[in-house]
Amino acid sequence: MKLKKNIAISESGFVFDPNSGESYSLNPIGAEIIELLKLEKKSDEIQTTMLKKYDTDAASFERYYYDFIHILEQYGLVEKDTSQG
Amino acid sequence: MNKIKLTLAATGLNNTDNPGPGIPVIRSIKESGDFDVRVIGLAYETLEPGIYMHDLVDKVYQVPYPSEGSDSLIKRLEFINSVENINVLIPNFDAELYTFIKSSAMLEKMGIHTFLPTLEQLEQRHKVNLPEFGKQYQIDVPQSKPILNHSEILSLHDDFDYPLMVKGKFYDAYIAYNEEQVKMHFNKISAKWGLPIIIQEFVKGTEVNVIALGDGKGNTVGAVPMRKQYITDKGKAWGGITLADENMLALTHRIIKATKWRGGMELELIKTTKNELYVIEINPRIPAWVYLAVGAGQNLPAALVKLALGYPVKPFEKYDIGKMFVRYSWDMIVGLNEFESLSTKGEL
Repeated sequence: MKLKKNIAISESGFVFDPNSGESYSLNPIGAEIIELLKLEKKSDEIQTTMLKKYDTDAASFERYYYDFIHILEQYGLVEKDTSQG
Repeated sequence: MNKIKLTLAATGLNNTDNPGPGIPVIRSIKESGDFDVRVIGLAYETLEPGIYMHDLVDKVYQVPYPSEGSDSLIKRLEFINSVENINVLIPNFDAELYTFIKSSAMLEKMGIHTFLPTLEQLEQRHKVNLPEFGKQYQIDVPQSKPILNHSEILSLHDDFDYPLMVKGKFYDAYIAYNEEQVKMHFNKISAKWGLPIIIQEFVKGTEVNVIALGDGKGNTVGAVPMRKQYITDKGKAWGGITLADENMLALTHRIIKATKWRGGMELELIKTTKNELYVIEINPRIPAWVYLAVGAGQNLPAALVKLALGYPVKPFEKYDIGKMFVRYSWDMIVGLNEFESLSTKGEL
């Protein structure tokens, strides 16, 4: 999964999509995940980073992570990256 | 660079909840810093707010409605020009453009420069002719049909699915979900703007707009795409944000190149969920939200004045993305003597 080009994210987790003009607010975890997506980290790398940092298990993380990614897809903020499946 | 000495006349001082572009156009030109400008406001009605904005408008003259014909307008402008020596005139209403374009040669003789589309360009992009325009330039436009009476409403379901749009030839657009609503809007709009009424296919999507300026040779001098963020019950933008949409810009460049558009323009588009762009209207003038483009780095009104005066203008190459405007209302206190002066002498 790749964040679309041009998507602007502020330090406070405010996301602006210049193609649609829509803006969104993220909580700190969401902002952290978006930052990792921006760095073109793959899903398993993001999972490893987050599991190291936060007291959660892989199953819970995956559930919320894919929910979150689904929302990003719905809003057209990410595009499928063929290199990572 | 020395400032260009300029006496500018502009209409559209109606800074109401259905704002004319006059005041933002004047503000943009004054703030450009390129001109040493005296502003002459041309008003149709005595309560157009811009009349009383003395920091922006130096002198106001009442002018006859376009419906009174071009002769009375020219006569009035001749008088105003004999006092003010106008260099550039910017008309800002759709309804007056025909008269001003027709009179542009005569205005030129009076030393008043304009930078307007040709009559052919004006007619071509008219709501009534939009389907032909789309066909000619391979541009997606919603299916539309002009109607002249109630009996035509009954057969609309042969060509259209409900809901559909009911539009006036110059202004106003309403969505109608059934024949009764079409009749209601037909009566309301025709009483205000006359016939025909335009029936247009309803295209589902987000409304987006582009402001642009064409040099009359096929080049786009500037273009800024925007999405309305706050829309009033009259469908007017009360807040908006600039976008980075290459497709919208490409479409604008294509239309200006193909039509050799001369002057200001506003494209009203619907962007579908599949990112297709439908042109729903082409307004042949600068829109009221022009100051957003200025704030984003493209002072299109100042460029238009330079083009009108024959100065070379370099096309704008960029603008700030994510720049917003938020409109507000403001009460001015006006002395009765000012209102009296315009009402009785036609001048302020």
